[in-house]
Parts: sequence; structure tokens; C-alpha cells
Amino acid sequence: MTPRIASAAVALLLLAVPLAGTVMDEPWLITLATRVAILGMAGVGLNLVLGYGGMVSLGHAAYFGIGGYVAGVLAHHALEGDPVLLWPVMLGGTDSMIVIWLVAIVSGALLALLIGCLSLRTSGVYFIMITLAFAQMIYYFTISWPAYGGEDGLPIYLRNSLFGLDTMDPMTFFLIVFAVLVVVICLVSMVVRARFGLALNAVRQNETRVRSVGIGGFRVRLVAFVMSGAITALAGALFVDLNRFVSPSMLSWHTSGEIMVFVILGGVARLWGPIAGAALYVFLEQVLGSMTDHWQFWVGLLLIVVVLHARGGIMGFASGQRSDDG
Amino acid sequence: MMPATLVAEQVLNGLQFGVMLFLMSAGLTLVFGVMGLINLAHGSLYMIGAFACAAVVSLTGSFWLGLAASLAAAAAAGALVEMTLMRRLYQRGHLDQVLVTFALILVFSEGTRWIFGAFPLYLDIPPSLAGTVALPGGLDYPLYRLVIIAAGLAVAAGLFQLVSRTRLGMRIRAGESDREMIAAIGVNIRALYTAVFALGAALAGFAGAVIGSITSVEVGMGEPVLILAFVVIVIGGIGSIKGALVGAILVGVTDTMGRLLLPALFGTFLEPADAAATGASLASMLIYLLMALILFFRPGGLFGKVA
Amino acid sequence: MLEVVGLTKSFGAVRANDEVSIDLVTGEIHALIGPNGAGKSTFITQVAGDLAPDSGSIRFRGRDIGHMRAAERARLGMARTFQISSLIGEFTVLENVVLAQLGRLGESMRFFAPVARDQELRNLAQECLARVGLESRHRERVSEISHGERRLLEIAIALALEPAAFLLDEPMAGLDQEGSRMLVGLLDSLRQTAPVLLVEHDMDAVFALADRISVLVDGRLIATGQPDAIRSDDAVRAAYLGMEQP
Repeated sequence: MTPRIASAAVALLLLAVPLAGTVMDEPWLITLATRVAILGMAGVGLNLVLGYGGMVSLGHAAYFGIGGYVAGVLAHHALEGDPVLLWPVMLGGTDSMIVIWLVAIVSGALLALLIGCLSLRTSGVYFIMITLAFAQMIYYFTISWPAYGGEDGLPIYLRNSLFGLDTMDPMTFFLIVFAVLVVVICLVSMVVRARFGLALNAVRQNETRVRSVGIGGFRVRLVAFVMSGAITALAGALFVDLNRFVSPSMLSWHTSGEIMVFVILGGVARLWGPIAGAALYVFLEQVLGSMTDHWQFWVGLLLIVVVLHARGGIMGFASGQRSDDG
Repeated sequence: MMPATLVAEQVLNGLQFGVMLFLMSAGLTLVFGVMGLINLAHGSLYMIGAFACAAVVSLTGSFWLGLAASLAAAAAAGALVEMTLMRRLYQRGHLDQVLVTFALILVFSEGTRWIFGAFPLYLDIPPSLAGTVALPGGLDYPLYRLVIIAAGLAVAAGLFQLVSRTRLGMRIRAGESDREMIAAIGVNIRALYTAVFALGAALAGFAGAVIGSITSVEVGMGEPVLILAFVVIVIGGIGSIKGALVGAILVGVTDTMGRLLLPALFGTFLEPADAAATGASLASMLIYLLMALILFFRPGGLFGKVA
Repeated sequence: MLEVVGLTKSFGAVRANDEVSIDLVTGEIHALIGPNGAGKSTFITQVAGDLAPDSGSIRFRGRDIGHMRAAERARLGMARTFQISSLIGEFTVLENVVLAQLGRLGESMRFFAPVARDQELRNLAQECLARVGLESRHRERVSEISHGERRLLEIAIALALEPAAFLLDEPMAGLDQEGSRMLVGLLDSLRQTAPVLLVEHDMDAVFALADRISVLVDGRLIATGQPDAIRSDDAVRAAYLGMEQP
């Protein structure tokens, strides 16, 4: 299988599961596929920095969570009818998905800009610890800030709206998510094949060389980091719409670890890899979870084996080639 | 105005917290410095120490046996993990190290839940260390916490001696600067690495048992402490024991004092309820802001080489 | 073109560069020679901007560039090669050159058109490869090509920057005789594109190519002059040429 066919297979499989769910009248399958698409999208965001840019961010829960809280808070205020902000500008809540997506993207990008400016000055182990620490900071903030439920989280009672569609219908919502996912992957595909992608790929491999031909490595990495944060925040907003609930657990560092696991299970620097990885993870969670309460124990063991012995991930395995990255 | 004894008590609490953070950070920073390994599962070793202590105490009734068990169990778990897994990771990139040690957390946490169940265990302070001590200035402070501070400082002093004076320490310092060189002069580097890892694990296990007696012993207890230990190391500089000590006490005191002072500070110009909420939220972020500040001016940490 | 005055750099107690002053004028090849550990690479690295000097000034194209980062200096037209080939291993030969063009054109922040299909970039890159004789190897991955080809690719990348000065750090390192002979011909032609600051150990090559030679010993410049003058300079003979037959 060439990488292209492997990608198409993943996309078709992701479409086939909810269709089967509809035919067999098992709507939970549709919800499951939606979950895979959204978690995979968060992974697509991380993949841009981790896979293409070689930056091991262990704090992507921050962007996932901020996207989630944007969706939750805006919807909450729309329902209550009170404004989000009175000062410096009057800002009301909204239940429009489009607006929520845009705000989530901008918030994720700004947060990534802030964290990136500090953390990208370092590399290696420092970078890992710093991205983790900043994500943890926001996690604790959401827990201790009581206005939006604190530790208990914030329910939203209805899915947000889009073009008058019935977003509470599982299949409709899946198709919305799938469409967003395809757009995101197309954009990432375009970016990594553009001039910027060449520079980003080069920065991962040899920053000294990149500097010596007149390209500032910091800027390239920062831009990738910001895009990555924006994508993961968008996924977070969709995740909250799926569950109609947002809580600090989206920001916990386990979430960061899981997003990274999606990328690795799927195969780094492969466009549809995180989707395949998320699908495998959710599949294992369902299958092992039905057999034992302690499924995470087995997932942990499996992950160790995969990292030590099968480094190309699913997409590497399916397309018969190994990823070159260490 | 806040009573001085309250402030003094919180300073001591901060110091005690910092000393425990140092025990966690020292092992981590040694493993970073000597083997170049990032170990997310260090928090699991803390948890293992606490559970081993609780289990032995419930069997024998002796806290001191429990404490010994915590050291032994964590050191054994550390040595085992080092010999079976970590050894394969030294030559790999940080990404693989993060993933394998993240997976190890899943295994350890879920395994512990399997054995001990999901409910927290409670460890009692040993009777000989219960009660309070009257400190000058009229402050009654728990004896146990004072002993923790003293024990932590003693361990710190011991570690400094170990690293700067002994043959093992010399090997550790040589390992930091030149792995191939010390392999060439015939030091058994594999045994050295296992020893360093087990030492770090034992310190973490000790911290887990000691703190478990103040709080509770439960699955996942090590992870918040692990992340704080990361903050400590980023502030102090990777591989520096001195940096870990200064960073740990800075983080411990800043966090404790922030939680005390910030709500009071906001109370001077906000409504009490708002002040409590704002102060608490900001206090929970304070050490991370401190880290950001230090990072901005000294990307390599206070005592580190350039990152 | 390039004027370095009083460059000083210490590592601990060791003065790697002590008040080193070197200039480079249009059309020349200026060789910097000296025994191992004399501080030649330290010097190049500081001029290129990858290492901050303790003191001294660097002027390039009439501007003080001491405060500029390496990437800015490269965009201003300073093209360096590395003593140990420093290339993008997973890229093809052509992509390595294209990357340099992105740097020169300031186009690394373009997110839309696929770079692989840009005919203009490819053609320009092929021209650079043709000048070093690598045009038929453009599809090869860098990890697959030979050591000698990597040395040539380093120079093709420098050419792609359309530089105002070349800083070549031991371009001949590790080449066999035939490779060296070929490279001498290539380096000889470079001076028409831009002046060359050449750090090199191969004395035959240096005396064949250089218009001027500077000699660095223990971090200090002991002589600068025409090849003949350097050959007969007593201090140079004593300190350096005596040890390695020219």
C-alpha cells in the first residue's frame, strides 16, 4: 500500500463505521466514530509540531482545553443571556458553531504564541517539561476558577447550531466533524508541501544548516507551533459539542499524553496517522474495556512494545515503510 | 493584618513542601544529568513508596518498618525498570523516552489499582512523632513536619557529600561530562546507571511514604508532584543538585505563601468572595509564572548550563 | 567587502582568538591557515554569527553586523560551508539547494503553493548544482550520496545564496587526490562570483589558490601577505611551516 492509499483507507473506514451504525441502528457507533475524528484532529495539530517539526510538546491538552472552554463558555452565556465581557467591549455569548470555531482557533493560536515564545527558546528535555508545566498551569486555573464550574466542569444543554441543521442528530454532527477534519487535513497537507513545510522539515533535521542559509529557525518553529495550537483548539471546541460538557479533565496532562499516543500509534509525520492512531486507541478502549476494568494496564504494555519495536506506527506498517524519525 | 504566627507557620509549611519536592527532583535531575533520560514515571515510584509503606504498616503496625519498605520497594522497582526498559532508551530520542515512561505510568497506576483497589489508604503519623512543638514566638508547630524538614535537609546534605566527595559521586560527575571516557577507564557503567536510578527511585519512594502520612495514599498521587518537580528542575537547571534544592524550596515557599497572601492581597480592594476566587486562581498559577519569569531571563535555569 | 577587526574569544582560560583582524576584498581568495587548534574554525563560526565574540568588530558590505544573527548575515550574502558536512539528510540534493534559495528570497513563510512543483526554484537550483557538477544527482537523498558529493553540495548551497562573500571551512577535508584537484578548479572559479575566505589544511591547494594568506597560531595572527612573502616569512616557518612541509 502506498501512503496515499493507506490514507484513503483510513478516511473511508472512518466514514464506513457511522454508516454501518446507521444501517444496524447502533447510534453509539456513530458517536464513537465522531470521537475518533475529533481526537484524531487534535492529533493532527500535534503532528504538525511533533512529526514535521520535531518538537516534543507534552502540553497540547492546553489548546484542546482552551478550545473546549471557548465552546462551553460562549454557549453557557448564550443560554443564560448574560454577556461574557462588559469591559473593554461588550461581548455576548453565542451558540453559532462558526463563531465558536473562529474564537477557538484564535484563542488556541494566541495561547500557543505566548507559550511558544517562552518554550521554544529551549529545546530537548527543557521543552518537554515546560510545555507540560504551562498546560498544568491552565489546568489548575480552570479548577480553581469557580465562575465556570471549577472542578465540576460546565454542561451545555444543547449542541451549538450550524446553518439550521439538526446538530443533535448523531449522523449530522458526525458529518460536520468529518467535513471539518477533511478541511483541516487538506490545509495541513498544503502547508507541509509548501515552502514553509520544506523549511519546517529542515529545521527538525538540522537547525544550524537552516540558519546558515538565512532562515530563522525560531520563527519557523513558532509559526508551526501557533498553527498546531489553533488546530488542536478547534478539535477541543468540537469535542465539547460532542459531549455537551466541558471540564478541566480535558486539560489534564493525561490528555496531552493521549494526544501524543495517537500520533505515535498512527505514525509520525503522516497526514492521516493521528486518525488511525485515535481509532486504534478508541477501539482498544472499547474492546479491552469490555473485558477488564484495568484496560489501561494493557494499553500501557502495548504502547511500550510499539515504541520499542514498531516505530513507523500503523501508517508505516500499512504502507510498508518505516518512518525515518528517531 | 495577618498574625505573625500564621505567616511563620505557612513559611514552615512551605519549607516542608519544598524539602519534599527536593527529594523528588533530586532523583529526576540526577537521571537527566547522568543518563540524559526524561522519566515521567518518577511519580509512580513516589506512589509505590507510599503504598509499600501503607501495606507494611497495616501488616506490622510499625511505621519505621513501613518507611524501610518504601525505600526498598521503590529502589527495587527503579532498578527493575532500569534494567528491563530504561537501558534501551538512553540512546533513543526524548520522544521515545516520554512515550515509554508515559506508558509505564499507565501500567503502574492501573496495576496498583488492581492490587489495592480504587479507594485511598490512610497512613498514620507514628505516635512518637505526633503532637506539636512550641517554637519561640508562641507558635505550636507539628513535630512530624519539623522532622520532615530536618530529614529532607539531612538527605540533601548527604547527597552533596555523595556527589562531591565519594568515588560513586566522582563517577556520577564523570558520567555527566563524558560517558565514553568513564566506560574506557573501566567503570562498570551499566551498574553505575542502575545504582543512580535506584537511588533516585528510593528518594522518591521515601518522599511518597512521608507525605502519604500527611495526606492520603492513592493512585495518581505522584503525578502532580512529578510536574512540580519538573518546574523545580526547569527553575534550578538540569543536572544540578544545588539547583534542585534552591528550586524546590523556592517553589514550595512561593506556592504556600501565594495561597495565603494572594487572597488577602485581593481582599484589600475586591469583595471577599471575588477576592478569594481571584486570589486562589492566581495562587494556583503562581509557581508557573515564576518559572516563566526565570525562563525568560535565564533559559538554562538558575544553576544550569545554557539549554 | 568583509572587515574583521580585533576579534577575541576565550573559552575559560584558553584564548581561542586573540585580537584577530582579517579583511577580504573583491575578487580575491584569502586563505586562513594554521595548525590544528589554532582557532580557525572558532574564527569562521564567529564571523558567520553562530558564536558571539568577546570583543572585536565585524563589518560586511559597509555595515556593522556584530549584532546580527546568523540567519540575517546569511541573507545579507554571507555564505558559509561547514568543516564537517552539515546538510539536511532526509532531503534530496535538489531540496537542499532549494532550501537555500528560500532563505535568500525570504520565502520560507509561504504556505500555499507546493514547493516541489515550482519550476523556477528548481531551475535555479539545477544551475547551482550544474556549477559543481552534481546536476545528474539531484534526485538522490543526501543520506545516499558520497562524502565527496556532500562537499560539492555544500558549495552548491553556498552558490544558491548568491553571496557577496564565501566563508569556506576546510572544503577539501577528507577528499582524495582526484577530488581535491577537481575542487581546486571549482574554488578557483568562485572568486569571480564573490571573494572567498578559505580555511584549509591542504597546503598545495592553498598556495595554488590564494591571493593572500593569513597565518593563525595559538589564536594569534602572526602574518598576513602574498603567498611568496608567507613562504619566506621566518616567523611562519618557525611556528608553522617547519612542522608541516609546504
